[in-house]
Amino acid sequence: MTAREEVLARIEAALRTGGTGPDGPVPVLYRTHGDLSLPELLALAASRLADYRAIVRRATAATLAAEVSAALAKRGARRLVVPPGLDIELPAFAEVTVDDGLTPAELDTYDGVVSRAAVAIAETGTIVLDGSPGQGRRAITLVPDYHLCVVEASQVVHLVPEAVARLASAAARPLTWISGPSATSDIELERVEGVHGPRTLEVVLVAA
Amino acid sequence: MSTFLGLPTAPPGVGHLRQEAPFPVAARQALGNAQLRSNLRKATTTIRAKRAAVVGELPDWEQLREAGQAIKARTMADLGRYLEQLESEVSARGGIVHWARDAAEANQIVTRLVREADATEVVKVKSLATDEIGLNDALAAAGITAHETDLAELIVQLGRDRPSHILVPAIHRNRAEIRDIFAREMAGADPGLTDEPSALAEAARRYLRRKFLTATVAVSGANFAVAETGTLCVVESEGNGRMCLTLPRTLITVMGIEKVIPAWTDLGVFLQLLPRSSTGERMNPYTSMWTGVTPGDGPQALHLVLLDNGRTAALADPAGRDALHCIRCSACLNVCPVYERTGGHAYGSVYPGPIGAVLSPQLTGVADNASLPFASTLCGACYDVCPVKINIPEILVHLRARHVEEDIRERGKPSAEAITMAAASWVMVSPARYATAQAASRAARLLRRRGRISGLPPPLAAWTRARDAPVPPRQTFRQWWRSQGRP
Repeated sequence: MTAREEVLARIEAALRTGGTGPDGPVPVLYRTHGDLSLPELLALAASRLADYRAIVRRATAATLAAEVSAALAKRGARRLVVPPGLDIELPAFAEVTVDDGLTPAELDTYDGVVSRAAVAIAETGTIVLDGSPGQGRRAITLVPDYHLCVVEASQVVHLVPEAVARLASAAARPLTWISGPSATSDIELERVEGVHGPRTLEVVLVAA
Repeated sequence: MSTFLGLPTAPPGVGHLRQEAPFPVAARQALGNAQLRSNLRKATTTIRAKRAAVVGELPDWEQLREAGQAIKARTMADLGRYLEQLESEVSARGGIVHWARDAAEANQIVTRLVREADATEVVKVKSLATDEIGLNDALAAAGITAHETDLAELIVQLGRDRPSHILVPAIHRNRAEIRDIFAREMAGADPGLTDEPSALAEAARRYLRRKFLTATVAVSGANFAVAETGTLCVVESEGNGRMCLTLPRTLITVMGIEKVIPAWTDLGVFLQLLPRSSTGERMNPYTSMWTGVTPGDGPQALHLVLLDNGRTAALADPAGRDALHCIRCSACLNVCPVYERTGGHAYGSVYPGPIGAVLSPQLTGVADNASLPFASTLCGACYDVCPVKINIPEILVHLRARHVEEDIRERGKPSAEAITMAAASWVMVSPARYATAQAASRAARLLRRRGRISGLPPPLAAWTRARDAPVPPRQTFRQWWRSQGRP
């Protein structure tokens, strides 16, 4: 008997002995739809992102380029890597490389990365990247120490289950859920920001 | 190998599931360590407050717990079908699925895969399943070095220590002890390293950076695996998980078979329950999900090892199997009055605390962890905080009974507990016998020291081995009643 056959046979035997237990659909009594207006939603997203030490900027379509430029200038980020398909205007001082399969060691030499996101969750202050154009390979938003992420108002949902539902069609793609910069609570359970992932996360929320 | 109802439990001699000393003996030693108790009290007090605050924010927390429990119960009821579905979805997207009957087989599979990838080093994401099977020891025996990359696991590894908490394996260490371990064991550590947590995190970042950027093979566990889509999910904080899951060419994931969940939408429940219960955050900093191989992005060789190692034996016990619902948040450890005082090492298993006391004995067979179901006051705090509503006190009582029954069967005679209880019953049904026994018990006052009795003569010594007995009063209630001139 292969290990596979044996483990499956054991499961069958265990359920025969112990009974199978409940079946039928799981009742959904938890919240699956938010109830906030768009301004409330964006305000909540901004405050929850900031709670976990992301830097938050608010912009409109008209001021986006200026906000991005101001963020990069303040950070002193010049050498930037960006994913293919990024449709954001970057300032003239930036030296921009479009990722075409850079090695981890090469990525480690950049000042930062600029990307878009797929979904953002207001209640938890989370942005989710799904690797589609404008977001790129997982490595490019991981290795550089600074991540500037642009989120459109239409991408912001209130609740975690809403985000999961929106991402259903992207389930086959690699997903990265990001809530603030990297952090650890491993020393006396005290939270410290900045370990292996980008130590600075800056989010530009673009109102409709 | 022992079995439960014919189903094999986790084999001895490999991995870290068994007590070396019974809990009362190990606990007595831990209780003598004032530094340990102070570290634990500080850490668990902090995390309890954080958890309570973020759980209190959600108006539907109870509904989420109900859903979490219901999803897990339904998963177990049809576990074989969900595993086959997971296997077929992962395989369809270029992943390779392996099955392991036990720890030894899982270790063999991973060792072979690392060799086939021509690697002598691997980077590891914190994983209880690989701690459970003793993977690092097995790899070392094969000449392969495993680098733990989670900060707490790194502290444990560099300190040649053992994990003592599910979430924060180095919870028993304070910042000064961690500084000393880093200064002593970390190649290239700054001699002026301070004990500021941020400085210690920075030291770990520098130490591991080169390893991340050059590693070719990573080993991880999985928090969830979605049968419907073949998606694997790892929840973490530091970014060491993302590094391991993204940069190497080969990724090997070892997962207990109970980690499968049926549907994509189930993630919407568990990604709320887990972070709030675990680190007390609304959401942990990073969650990675991957579904098979994505050309040009991340590891191009993906393996998934599905591990039994006693889980099917636990599944066979309808009164104990809910322990398999555990999502490893560690909330039950943080609220447990016993854990807070003894720490995790006293439990002897990689699964300490209340959940460990119900899970470890079921994985190994109760006889091999016989004292763990008794390592609890049954106060019920663990049940109240469990995000998937595992009724831990009820399972503890069930396992105590199972231990007594198995012991009688094994030894062919009643246990000391059974004899004591029978004797107590004989005494208590007769008022005269009861009065005589009470009078006799006052003789025990001679044994008191500092208001307690810590050692009764046999056969009562069994009781005081694990606890102090109160000193019997000078006068019984019945004597006092009569002295008041009442009937």
